[in-house]
Amino acid sequence: MAKPKIHISGGHLVDPANGTDTATDLYIAGGRIAAVGDAPDGFTADIALDASGLHVIPGLVDLCARLRDPGQEHKATINSECRAAAASGITTLCCPPDTTPVIDTPAVVELIRHRAGQTDAARVVTLGAMTRGLNGEHLSEMSALKQAGCLGVSNALKPLASTQIERRAFEYAATFDLTVFLHADDPALSADGCLHEGQVSTRLGLCGIPEAAETVAVARDLALIQQTGVRAHFCRLTTERAVRMVARAQFDGLPVSADVAIPYLYLNELDASEFNSDFHFIPPLRTQDDRAGLITGLRDGTLGALCSDHQPHEADAKLAPFPATEPGASGIDTLLSLTLKLAQEKQLTLNDAIARVTCGPAAILNLPCGELGVGRVADICIFDAGAHWQVNRESLMSQGKNTPFNGWEMPGQVRYTLRDGRIIFNREAQ
Amino acid sequence: MSANLQIGEDGRLRHFLSIEGLNRQLLTEILDIAESFAGVTEQSVKKVPLLRGRTIVNLFFEASTRTRTTFELAAKRLSADVLNININASSAVKGETLLDTLRNLEAMHVDMFVVRHSDSGTAHFIARHVQPHVSVINAGDGRHAHPTQAMLDMFTIRREKGADFGRLTVAIVGDIAHSRVARSQIHALNLLNVGELRVVAPRTLIPAHVESLGVRVFHDLRKGLRDADVIIMLRLQRERMEGAMLPSEQEYYRLYGLTGERLAVAKPDVTVMHPGPINRGVEMDSQVADGPHSVILEQVTYGIATRMAVMSMAMQPTPNQERHG
Repeated sequence: MAKPKIHISGGHLVDPANGTDTATDLYIAGGRIAAVGDAPDGFTADIALDASGLHVIPGLVDLCARLRDPGQEHKATINSECRAAAASGITTLCCPPDTTPVIDTPAVVELIRHRAGQTDAARVVTLGAMTRGLNGEHLSEMSALKQAGCLGVSNALKPLASTQIERRAFEYAATFDLTVFLHADDPALSADGCLHEGQVSTRLGLCGIPEAAETVAVARDLALIQQTGVRAHFCRLTTERAVRMVARAQFDGLPVSADVAIPYLYLNELDASEFNSDFHFIPPLRTQDDRAGLITGLRDGTLGALCSDHQPHEADAKLAPFPATEPGASGIDTLLSLTLKLAQEKQLTLNDAIARVTCGPAAILNLPCGELGVGRVADICIFDAGAHWQVNRESLMSQGKNTPFNGWEMPGQVRYTLRDGRIIFNREAQ
Repeated sequence: MSANLQIGEDGRLRHFLSIEGLNRQLLTEILDIAESFAGVTEQSVKKVPLLRGRTIVNLFFEASTRTRTTFELAAKRLSADVLNININASSAVKGETLLDTLRNLEAMHVDMFVVRHSDSGTAHFIARHVQPHVSVINAGDGRHAHPTQAMLDMFTIRREKGADFGRLTVAIVGDIAHSRVARSQIHALNLLNVGELRVVAPRTLIPAHVESLGVRVFHDLRKGLRDADVIIMLRLQRERMEGAMLPSEQEYYRLYGLTGERLAVAKPDVTVMHPGPINRGVEMDSQVADGPHSVILEQVTYGIATRMAVMSMAMQPTPNQERHG
């Protein structure tokens, strides 16, 4: 498909990677940013987008979104979720390897790429499995996975069988300059837990997951990162102490990054106090203090990315007694708005908030997107910061209606989303 | 939300799911009505026609003899039709969902479910999904709540010690962490303004932030029992030895077992309770279990009257019937 020349005029450009926060025009040609500010010589736009009164930012990079495809298409499909992402200003979705079958062979990577290619919406990038079938025991063919396009390796939420296997996996990944994406969890400590171990788990008689399940794992992982020299990323930290441990490691020069999922910045253990399965998360929602610690980590950059940790489910998955329900929330539809809300509530500057969903995650994935400098890929989100909407689970674009934010008032509505210089979402055309 | 779920717009009991979320008047009303039924159960004709024509299903996903039997007797003494359904939790996992099971039973025009399940929150879940005329009684959900047990314990304490709980010191001894009975007792005793409430156990059996429930924590049995008016011993499950919660039953008994000698630090007229079944020689010795301070068998008897009270209060009127009682 030919890529049109596009002129985006009058918008307020926020591009944290390039330090831009001003009203200016963007010119796009050949799927890339041709100019910022003044038009290049002889530029004639095929499409003119009037962004007066709107914000123009890089398309969002969601560091973790389960698409449930292949394997669990009753929950969601690549098609449904990539469209939902486009409608929410997300241009890149990073899919963890726990699909069915697991992303442990180039064939599965290819299948996902093929399916994503059939949808004119957000692009999909993948993480490969660290161990075969995520079994925690046998290394996957990491080199082949890298060649197939995987941006890193992860064992998703599955534990590794031993510290020795973790060490070998780190060494092997480091051989191919692959980043390891880690879920910090000590499986013996988290065991059958479904809620933070604290006053709510005690009151409700639910098995708790102690803070130490995360911090013990971070301590162990950091020691092995130091030993092996692998580049590592901690996924979805939930505790203040773990954030401080990672900050210390970064200060000491270890090649580590970390992220947080956005529900953990708004919710805490108390939200689950009526057995409401919309608040069943793994890792669990923690305390108010942890929530504050996560915001601090996001502000000072210890946490370089903010992701949706999108986990769409069919209704039945949440219709059971709390411990028997499936954890996780659908999050694609609310990622941008909840990010803007952080700025609106002055928890973060708008610039920092946007950085954590654009250039931050792009850097972690080593992707050439998430910024709008000349020559960059034209992945763009244009939104109206003044428009508000109310979350209504039934009208979410994602196939997963399992949101803990049902009824919340949200700032920010996407008008246009562009990927590779083409319009993949236009609200007026809906 | 749980308060709304359990209490109807008229302020009456809608479901009976947990003590938490109820109020003192309602607990007192349950105890008063149980008192009136206690008279019935002591007569030679032990039936009242209050729930004639109504259908109660005992839906037990977890094995139980005592609780299920007393629920069944209570329902029969209220003249209800009773159906006992025991579903092995593991086969339930393979087959239909809990909600499907529920819908099928509802289609048989059931009026009340008495539910026991190993997952905390099951009774709340069912109560949220039943039809408006169906009520739910929690007969134990995971480690969360066992509210009828707590009410029969309150009934027992009131009979033994009188209605003024404010002058009582109560000690609950044993596996607080895994006990739904303890959680419900703690809420009930605090709602009834108990003077002092203690829990006594090693740290492995005390759940995180238990003080937030309104108890004082003791690790030393003698200190925990000093001047107690009521001692409630909890059952110790054998699994606790496997999960590294305790080294052995012997050591537990040596440190936390209730013996006649240890009882001496409590008030002279101390009442000793246990929800049953007792592990003799683990939680307490036979001398105490069968001794003059023990009301363990009375607890079982009172369980019937208490459950009659809760069932009659929570039963919803049929569409063409005014609500009774």
